[in-house]
Amino acid sequence: MSDLLRIENLTVHFDTDDGAVEAVDGASFSIRPGEIFGLVGESGSGKSVTALTILRLLRPPARIVSGRIAFEGRDLLALAAADMRHVRGARISMVFQSPRTSLNPVLPVGAQLERVIRLHAGASAREARERALAMLRECGISEVERRAAQYPHQLSGGMCQRVMIAMALATSPRLLLADEPTTGLDVSIAAQILDLLRDLGHRTGASILLITHDLGVVAGLCDRVAVMHAGQIVETADVRRLFHAPAHPYTRALLRSVPRVDREFAMEPIPGAVPSLLAPPPGCRFASRCPVVMPECRIERPAVTLLEVDHTVSCFAAVTPVRAGAPAEGGDG
Amino acid sequence: MLGWYVAKRILLAIPTLFGVTVITFALTYLLPGNPALVKAGPLATPEHIREMERQMGLDQPVVVQYGRYVTGVLRGDLGESSMTGRPVLQDLMQRVPATLELTLASLVVAVLAGVPLGVIAAVRRDGIVDHVSRLLGVAGVAMPTFWTGLLALYVFFYALGVAPPPLGRLDNSVTPPMTITGMYAFDALLTGHWRALGSALHQLVLPALTLGFSVMAPLMRMVRATMLEVLESDYIKAAWAAGLPRRTVIYGDALRNCLIPVITILGVIFGFLMAGNVVVEVVFAWPGIGNYAVTSLMSKDSGPIQSFVLFVAVVYVLVNLAVDVVYGLVDPRIRLH
Ligand code: SF4
Repeated sequence: MSDLLRIENLTVHFDTDDGAVEAVDGASFSIRPGEIFGLVGESGSGKSVTALTILRLLRPPARIVSGRIAFEGRDLLALAAADMRHVRGARISMVFQSPRTSLNPVLPVGAQLERVIRLHAGASAREARERALAMLRECGISEVERRAAQYPHQLSGGMCQRVMIAMALATSPRLLLADEPTTGLDVSIAAQILDLLRDLGHRTGASILLITHDLGVVAGLCDRVAVMHAGQIVETADVRRLFHAPAHPYTRALLRSVPRVDREFAMEPIPGAVPSLLAPPPGCRFASRCPVVMPECRIERPAVTLLEVDHTVSCFAAVTPVRAGAPAEGGDG
Repeated sequence: MLGWYVAKRILLAIPTLFGVTVITFALTYLLPGNPALVKAGPLATPEHIREMERQMGLDQPVVVQYGRYVTGVLRGDLGESSMTGRPVLQDLMQRVPATLELTLASLVVAVLAGVPLGVIAAVRRDGIVDHVSRLLGVAGVAMPTFWTGLLALYVFFYALGVAPPPLGRLDNSVTPPMTITGMYAFDALLTGHWRALGSALHQLVLPALTLGFSVMAPLMRMVRATMLEVLESDYIKAAWAAGLPRRTVIYGDALRNCLIPVITILGVIFGFLMAGNVVVEVVFAWPGIGNYAVTSLMSKDSGPIQSFVLFVAVVYVLVNLAVDVVYGLVDPRIRLH
């Protein structure tokens, strides 16, 4: 199966007075048609920046240094601005992390939905209205006519996110970028939103890039996963493989930090914080936090290595297991 | 809901207005000159003056005098102008339309220039327009209006000859239109008196530009600052992500969300212009209330000045009230609370 989206060697810098912050550094991964792809990592790891780069929504001081983003056979980074506008919202749409503030406060939600449909589907006002109401219904909203006339502040956060999802999928995009779509929602509402995303994804055949810091969400929803740390993709794998045989020390640390009921030992927070991305030292960016760090880790950057089909990792220890147990550990998932 | 909201605002305005009457009343005491002396004339004997004071109630305790003043104001009695010999209320009402017309025209100038400049300055932050408009804004605030007014007259009337002489609201050869609102340009438009319309607009251009230029800066700054903030908001990011055209995002989504602060500042500017016209009215011989106040001040006629201040204060209060009501109309979040 050919990839729907393929990101190659993407590097994004933020220019500051003190120098360039290397927010995304040589990231590569690909998403296949119809799959839900998870992008996990702590906050500040460059996940959102990656998503915004796909839609080319970054503004100065952010700067795309290098890379290619192939989508449906075209390089998005080379597209003319006018063509890019027909990709945004039509072929690739996005759901943001704060639903209540992502809707325009002075327009009724129905009108916001309708105008996007009219813009991308070229529908008449009446068709757009019908389509909008149908879409809201499909997103689990009742009394759609009344809801459509309401303003964002009159709706709950969960309801707003349903509207956002309706808006994102109303134009039948091929790829949906969902950036922490359940932040700020109650656990039960969050679960409903995630179910909705999965159902709609399957029904419409759209792929979903799900950005999250929560491995629990990944486990329940995703087909494949990329783990991001300090602007770099450190491991990509099939979701089952990632949980059963994590190869990167950071992935293992992430797994151990997830609170789980079916495990005797307590969750362990990951030591240290995401290192500063302002002129980071050479070598592995996880070195200062890594329990199995080796001398070469601080000198050279570990290359991306294919461990198996669909499983890549960037770590010296995962490839040459000099320390006992390093690659085979982590079978606790 | 809105009715109750408005009623509440009006009730809240009443104490403010009473406060204003205290100040305007005190003005008569602060202004030099004895009104009885002015009224009695230069040849009056001391007895005559004392008699005059008694007639005018100036020998009564201050509280009683104030009470009389307020009841008079409430009945619409603002006293008489010793300069024109007519009731002050009548004088004022005759001149208000001229001032209002100039104020509205200046406001249009300020909005037409300030809003687009503010938007462009925000969208292209640190670009050429941003720098140039900042400079213009500073110039508008820093240069006194009598100077910009005279400069404009020198260039456009004297040197280029494209502007009419600064002699009021209409060319002498043109008959004024029938009075409906009292604002010549409006009345001419309503009655189809095109010659008067042309002449009225022609006369308005320079004073309106002068005043508009002087108040453009705060509007521009407000638009720029709010726009910058709004452009960073989540819903604007979402609007870009939805592929909405640039024009829609900036002038539809973003600018719409700037309306509240913009309306607030427009209200302030309106009130400021109604009162701050004074100098420009004098420069352009514009027969408005500002000119009236200045002439009265020159002849130490305290009644009209007192009433001018009171009138401007009432305008401020009414404008604030109007601004509050408009908030409710443009922002659905306010409408409901
Ligand atoms: S490359 Fe070295 S420092 Fe980096 S994660 Fe692997 S073992 Fe740890």
